[in-house]
Amino acid sequence: MSVDVAIRMTMGEGDRRFDLDVAFASSQRRIVLYGPSGAGKSLTLRAIAGLLTPDAGHVRIDGRTLFDERTNLPARDRGTGYVFQDYALFPHLTVAQNIGFGLSPGWINPSRRRRDSRVERWLALFELGQVAGHHPAQLSGGQRQRTALARALAAEPRIVLLDEPFSALDPALRGRMREELRELQGRLDLQLLVITHDPADVAALDGHTIEIRDGRVAA
Amino acid sequence: MDGLWIPLALSLKVAAWATAIDVVLGVAVAWGLSRWRSSARELVDSILTLPLVLPPTVLGYYLLVLFGRRGVLGEWLDRIGIQLVFTWQGAVIASALVAFPLVQKAARTAFEAVDPQMESAARVLGLREMAVFFRVSLPLASRGIVAGALLAFARAMGEFGATLMIAGNLPGRTQTLSVAIYAAVQAGDDAGAGVMVAVTSVTCVAALLLAGWLAPKHAPRASA
Repeated sequence: MSVDVAIRMTMGEGDRRFDLDVAFASSQRRIVLYGPSGAGKSLTLRAIAGLLTPDAGHVRIDGRTLFDERTNLPARDRGTGYVFQDYALFPHLTVAQNIGFGLSPGWINPSRRRRDSRVERWLALFELGQVAGHHPAQLSGGQRQRTALARALAAEPRIVLLDEPFSALDPALRGRMREELRELQGRLDLQLLVITHDPADVAALDGHTIEIRDGRVAA
Repeated sequence: MDGLWIPLALSLKVAAWATAIDVVLGVAVAWGLSRWRSSARELVDSILTLPLVLPPTVLGYYLLVLFGRRGVLGEWLDRIGIQLVFTWQGAVIASALVAFPLVQKAARTAFEAVDPQMESAARVLGLREMAVFFRVSLPLASRGIVAGALLAFARAMGEFGATLMIAGNLPGRTQTLSVAIYAAVQAGDDAGAGVMVAVTSVTCVAALLLAGWLAPKHAPRASA
């Protein structure tokens, strides 16, 4: 199984207590966690990326253990790409600098003028060459999403986690971006884990769908 | 004109050093406080705010107790050849202490306004905590920090009480503009005092205008 996840944790107290107990495994390249908002999908995704620590369970990607009773790798060492729901692009950096962000792990941001050849390749692949020097605030919704995806992919992750990747787009664009993602996944043979509440996403991605309700995998 | 230029140059030098020290310390403390999850946090924050409300003479007294010849730290500093009493460096310490809360508070507000998702995004992309600070948190908080630094500069320019107590009133050595104004009025030199008052006011108004333009309504922005 290339993706093997079991996460148990309790959030909050009293009336606001929420128990998350999600376990699934899959060797499919496209995995979709589907369910209403508040079901615990985002928590699951954050736990896989190492942005929060579960009480118990395990996270294994391609046989590599990221989390279990003994291991808890920090987010920076997990090799997971993350596309946030609102993309979380760095507003003070250009598109090219955003894409190259994970390629230099030091204390200084990538140069505004000199670009890594890998960044050039991603700019070309996502047709972002024209806006490479723009800041995120100047981009259209589709360009923002492509930048976020390119930024995640440039770091060459073993798995890309996408949090409601199409919800911030207007409906007309949504269909096209779904196709783009599906096509890109096939071409680059990406391991994707997408969370969504939208049945149309589930249909378009056509992968291994796991339904989550009230913090549990629905039977 | 030496009566104006010498104290003015000294005031600018003292205020610049004090601001530089406050920016480094204030940013470090604010960053630490903004991510420190403890109930003691607000207590520490209140103590760090004290210089804003205590009379400058009280601060000057504390500084003398600490840094005076027989002071706790003064004796030790004296042995390695550093003297703060009756020196311009002493005036820097006094101004830095009085202006510190202005930088610290502005920086903390700015750090807490940074979207935590940005920092998460940087971590997932492989950055260590210090790299997240220098590449994401600090640039996104920079406007607020610069605004706080300008306020601190204006406050340091106007520092009088604590400066007089630790650095004294030695013309050409520790007599800053605000101390020189006091001396001029005491000596009946109303014209000289008037010029220095005007220069101080203009410098402080310029710093405040710049600070108001930078913060806080223009929160961390995307463009340019």
